Amino acid sequence: MAKHHVTATLNGNAVEYLCETQQTLLDVLRDELQLTGTKEGCGTGDCGACSVTVDGRLVCSCLVLGVEAQGKKIETIEGMAAGESLHPLQRKFLEHAALQCGVCTPGVLIASRALLARNPDPTEEEVRFWLAGNLCRCTGYNKIIEAVLDAAREMRGS
Amino acid sequence: MDAKTINPQEKTLKVVGTRPVRPDGVPKVTGLARYGADFALPGMLWGDILRSPHAHARIRSIDTAKARALPGVKAVITAADFPEQKYEFIGPERVAVNFWHMTRNIMAREKVLYEGHAVAAVAAINKAVASAALRLIEVDYEPLPHVIDVDAAMRPDAPLLFEDMITRGVEPAPDRPSNVSKRIEFKLGDPEAGFAAADEIVEMSFKTAPVHQGYIEPHGCLARFDAEGQGEIWASSQGHFVVRAYVARLLGMNIGDVLVHPAEIGGGFGGKTVIYVEPVAALLSRKTGHPVKIVMSREDVFKSTGPTSGSSMTVKIGVKRDGRIVAADGVFKFQAGAFPGSPVMNATMCGFAPYDIPNVRSVGYDVVSNRPKSAAYRAPGSPISAYAVESTMDAVAAKIGMDPLKFRLMNACKSGTQTAWGPKHAHDGCAETIKAVLDHPAYAAPLGKNQGRGVASGFWFNNGGESSATVHVTEDGSVAVATGSMDIGGSRASMAMMAAETLGVAYDQVRAIVADTASIGYTHVTGGSRVTFATGIAVVEACNKVIAELCTRAAMIWNVDRGEVVWEGGCARHTGQNAGKIEPLTLKAIAAKRAVTGGPIGAEASVNAGGAAPGFATELCDVEVDPETGSVKILRFIVAQDVGRAIHPSYVEGQLHGGVVQGIGWALNEEYIYDAAGHLLNAGFLDYRIPVASDLPMIEAVLVEVPNPNHPFGVKGAGEVNIVPSMAAVANAVNNAIGRRLTELPMSPPKVLAALDSGSKG
Repeated sequence: MAKHHVTATLNGNAVEYLCETQQTLLDVLRDELQLTGTKEGCGTGDCGACSVTVDGRLVCSCLVLGVEAQGKKIETIEGMAAGESLHPLQRKFLEHAALQCGVCTPGVLIASRALLARNPDPTEEEVRFWLAGNLCRCTGYNKIIEAVLDAAREMRGS
Repeated sequence: MDAKTINPQEKTLKVVGTRPVRPDGVPKVTGLARYGADFALPGMLWGDILRSPHAHARIRSIDTAKARALPGVKAVITAADFPEQKYEFIGPERVAVNFWHMTRNIMAREKVLYEGHAVAAVAAINKAVASAALRLIEVDYEPLPHVIDVDAAMRPDAPLLFEDMITRGVEPAPDRPSNVSKRIEFKLGDPEAGFAAADEIVEMSFKTAPVHQGYIEPHGCLARFDAEGQGEIWASSQGHFVVRAYVARLLGMNIGDVLVHPAEIGGGFGGKTVIYVEPVAALLSRKTGHPVKIVMSREDVFKSTGPTSGSSMTVKIGVKRDGRIVAADGVFKFQAGAFPGSPVMNATMCGFAPYDIPNVRSVGYDVVSNRPKSAAYRAPGSPISAYAVESTMDAVAAKIGMDPLKFRLMNACKSGTQTAWGPKHAHDGCAETIKAVLDHPAYAAPLGKNQGRGVASGFWFNNGGESSATVHVTEDGSVAVATGSMDIGGSRASMAMMAAETLGVAYDQVRAIVADTASIGYTHVTGGSRVTFATGIAVVEACNKVIAELCTRAAMIWNVDRGEVVWEGGCARHTGQNAGKIEPLTLKAIAAKRAVTGGPIGAEASVNAGGAAPGFATELCDVEVDPETGSVKILRFIVAQDVGRAIHPSYVEGQLHGGVVQGIGWALNEEYIYDAAGHLLNAGFLDYRIPVASDLPMIEAVLVEVPNPNHPFGVKGAGEVNIVPSMAAVANAVNNAIGRRLTELPMSPPKVLAALDSGSKG
């Protein structure tokens, strides 16, 4: 069967690609567009390593088909920093040593940005529940939570 | 705190002990860091692996003709394509390797021994074709009876995985085969007499479920091998030199013909010290002449890799009424999985190691059953025996009416204490971690309804071993450090920090990388809490060689005797009669004159680091048990660990947090669940539930620093001992909360409810 032709906006840029019906958005990002910053930890929507936003909504890209991105705005980890300037969350993750192996980090960062977009002043408990869909096996979450709260403080300007 | 414990205020070091940003940080927060699955090459094929649907079956035949005929399929391989290996155990007993087993785990030969056991592999032009080809491979299986549980596997009538396996370590050797691969025993003093002299004896039995390391990155690699017999692999592992050696051996190649590039590693915890997909991708690449990439699915990871052993254990401890332990006995039966090699020897050694006990017997059984072969997991073996020993310790303390921490402190080992396996302890640290928790205000904090508090201690060897590092002074005086140690959680930062401290320059003057197997000397795995210790020693040695060279160059520049030049504060200084009159030479100034003083300045150091000092940890856990659901909530967790010296305290704390949380998962949720046919029922993160952020409070890490005199900065190692006491701490807290002792892990809600509903108080 012929591949599907999809046009979408990816990290602010117009993008077009061909994909098979069964290919997930995660497969498309990694295998067709060579954007390997979005990670596959499970392929079943349980670990959050492949978190991206589609039209501003936080999703697991392994649960979205490539064809479903038609006409949508996709944001991935590769679009989070602005040139030399890291997003405050990225900077705080480094300052707080909120990553060890770093493989869950892209997904955690994307999920955290989505949290702060809707709740700029979350409590520790709110951060913990929002990030409950992002598994991290290295850190025990301590420093991730601290980094998100610190970034939120900075972004609020307080 | 004892005098020998480092007082953080008195540290005179400038870089060690600070918390700079790691050198590999930015690529890891921007998605640019490349892990095992992130590499691609032109002309690359995708590999995929056919896995056994049976727990135990004889392979009568494999027909790959239809798969080979599928358009887009470039190669199909089975075990017949790998050379046979000699049956022999190589290396020290504690970590012995048998390639006859390894090649059969990579690809099943005579039999499949667990569901998920690799049977054949294909390389095809894309993932879809590869997956379609697997469905066309016809395997004729003769299903056999299987056995999952360790106690069942030890019964005389149990189905045998290896029809000719005679238990090692038993004299005289048994005359019939069994699933018991090995028996080991350590004995100290006269345990029988010890128990006879005891005022109180507590004996308890426990079972633990196998748990997976649960790294978020599935195993993945890219291999490019050519017809000339050379090849390259890009792989995520805890040791690219080990990948190189194993792949070369399994393919019948020279080690020097294999080059392994270290991909970033997305978690390992011991589970990536062994190989699975690498030799398969390498062989497929050699057969096709194309690069081949294989990435496991999460289901594959659960069914075919890791986990650590499940166990069945009995521990007996005898004490005097004043709290002195006079005798201990432990029998530890470990599931090795489908091939011998559980960490039971570690378990028998570590279980009673925190204590000074005159009479000890510790017996271990390594038992095969129809599960994936166990792999190392964070202080392999020690957390399992610690769960049994520390739970029993708790019961003993209760029986003699003694505070559980004071009971441990009274019996704590110290430098000079005799171990059951031979040597005497050479380091303190155990008592210091117990005191750190005893003195913590949380230990006296009040508890509410349905709440309980538990404590436990633990021991882990920590390793040294072979490591290599190079240190090069660049043209502008900045410094490039390379090591052979995979960076699994901040080691580039600690290497750069130790180099900066030794050279006397700023942290941002030094960059540290991980070099490939052709660019640096042999370096053993990132495991055993060995990297900051052993590779750190290599880095410091290389720095010292560079310093000696810098002094020589300065002497040439000044035209003075080499003996009159010293290195101090990042500069060469003249100490002769002109001391103070000649302006010191900075690294930058000497680097600028390198060409006229002899050329590039750099050094390599390769070490086999001895003098590793063990890790001790003591932990406190507060829980609340929901009497309606049996669910256990962690309210508070404190981990006090002797790390010797924290080079980068943030990453050391991170190790403590992470280890404890893995231990909490092990205690409360995680287990392999099999159906009657030997199929794993929960091969995914939804049903194999590792702790998530909302399950947990902040974990409090207390860094106890009793320096190791055998390391330039006192490092002991940080990665592992934190998980050792965790399950027992949780179990003791649950016992304290509900007044009933659960003796099986995990303490999942149904088991807690059943305990609550049972009448007996423990």
